[in-house]
Amino acid sequence: MTRALPTPPTPERRQLWRSRLYRWDSKGTPYAFVAPFFVVFAAFGLFPLLYTGWLSLHQVSLYHVNQARWVGLGNYRDLFTGAPSRFFWNALRNTVTLGALSTVPQLAMAIGLAHLLNYRLRARGFLRTALLAPYATSVAAATLAFALIFSPEGGMANWFIHLFGFGRVDWEAGRWSSQFAIATIVTWRWTGYNALIYLAAMQAVPGELYEAAAIDGASRLRQFWHVTVPALRPTILFTVVISTIGATQLFGEPFLFGGQSGHQGGADNQYETLGVLMYDQGFHNSMLGRASAVAWTMFALLLLLGLVNALIARRLRRSQ
Amino acid sequence: MARAGRTHHAGPVTYAVLVLAALASLFPLYWTLVAASTDAHRVVSSPPPLVPGANLFKNLSYVWHHAGGRGMGPALLNSTLVASSVTLGTVVFSVLAGFAFAKLRFAGRGVLMGLVVATLAVPAQLSVVPLFILMRQLGWGNHLQALIMPTLVTAFGVFFMRQYLVQALPTELLEAARTDGANSLRVVWHVVLPIARPAMAVLGMLTFVQSWNDFLWPIIAMNGATNPTVQVALAGLGTGWSTDWSVIMAGALIGTLPLLLVFVLFGRQIVGGITQGAVKG
Repeated sequence: MTRALPTPPTPERRQLWRSRLYRWDSKGTPYAFVAPFFVVFAAFGLFPLLYTGWLSLHQVSLYHVNQARWVGLGNYRDLFTGAPSRFFWNALRNTVTLGALSTVPQLAMAIGLAHLLNYRLRARGFLRTALLAPYATSVAAATLAFALIFSPEGGMANWFIHLFGFGRVDWEAGRWSSQFAIATIVTWRWTGYNALIYLAAMQAVPGELYEAAAIDGASRLRQFWHVTVPALRPTILFTVVISTIGATQLFGEPFLFGGQSGHQGGADNQYETLGVLMYDQGFHNSMLGRASAVAWTMFALLLLLGLVNALIARRLRRSQ
Repeated sequence: MARAGRTHHAGPVTYAVLVLAALASLFPLYWTLVAASTDAHRVVSSPPPLVPGANLFKNLSYVWHHAGGRGMGPALLNSTLVASSVTLGTVVFSVLAGFAFAKLRFAGRGVLMGLVVATLAVPAQLSVVPLFILMRQLGWGNHLQALIMPTLVTAFGVFFMRQYLVQALPTELLEAARTDGANSLRVVWHVVLPIARPAMAVLGMLTFVQSWNDFLWPIIAMNGATNPTVQVALAGLGTGWSTDWSVIMAGALIGTLPLLLVFVLFGRQIVGGITQGAVKG
């Protein structure tokens, strides 16, 4: 192609060479620029995704990963109806309840806080930064701090509710109390983050809408419900999707909240999520095939959620 | 133009609620400091301590030397190395790919961009088992590259940069540079990078925070490592037999401080970045 250039380049030749180089540059460069993403994703994203699917049809030990034994849909059958199904359905239920306990209050408080942050405020920068500080805290550090607060022996939570005349709660042992405590960690970490997202969307709402509503005699609360919330619908949907995906994969908080029994989601698996179940099956019980089946079940669940979400989004658009 | 709601001044109730929310956000961090400065007995006593005690440096020094096998020093270094590499890779590759998707014409652009967006939805959980096997076969088990390589690019980064450059980068400027005979690399260096700098800073900070705080994959890839990252070292403190909460909280404090420092220094930009990414996302 451009290999043959034995004679010293004449001006015309140099011109030709340059235009060729230019064409090659403008044609090839875009692919060179996007290639790193696709190469890394193919190697560490797509390939593992498919490999997980293949592994889920095998029995594989953590210690002999080369000796995979074909079991077909056996792992899925075990998970749904066999001996471990008790753990699977329990984890699925916990994922749903923990997800609801952490997502709903988190988003409701976030939208309220965003509404307040949208007023003319002093110290706005400080308030925003303070609300976002939990976002900069790691799952590990935050969970350890809350595990101490909710500690059944001398924890601050029990001392606090005792001030109001309530008795001691064993935050770790009960199904609802432990899930409430874990949901508190998630809510603490993400409320400010979501509030800022809502705030940004609120600032894009045209002021005339509020003026018109005010002229019609709408109170501030009515303005919030009839102007702000409808205008924020796409953003609300976005945060619901993101939070739901996050909740489906919940792992670090339940894992670390339980200390010694964290890998199984509490002594009675009372807060074992699907994410924790996958870890427990794969990296604690050494059954990588079954862990892969849990992972693919989670994937299917997320796809289902995505589908439901797309349907809702379409309905919302139609109703507008 | 009057922005929504801004015309109203905040009343005392608004301030009260916001200050309360800010306190609730900051209290667990303060509590970490307080607990880290007490001792095993005082930290779980009733009423709980609310002001720092005298043992902060004793506890810090203990975890600094004993946490996670070799102490928190190497762990901090490891986390810094991982988060910096991941941030550098993500920012550079995202600018290049974002620029290509925003401003260059090439066959298959739409399909490829669609693929990028689709990969946003693939959860990390799905790939940890094969990644674990893969890393072991590559001989990367317990090595830092096992943590760096899989997250060297993110779909979010590419998407974020594309959205930014579509608007911020004038096409005329590119054409002018082209007419002057600049090749693609020169265009990137002299035109794209200066304009993308604010977005690069935001993406860099978001990526650093995320990489530093990543938990699931490090705990699997580095489980039992004698030389772990901060999060793995913290997890070791939390799930170990030790129940001296004051020492555990000293570890949590060390693990949180560097990031909070970054946050205090660049909080404004991070706040801006999250709102920016959200409106466009």
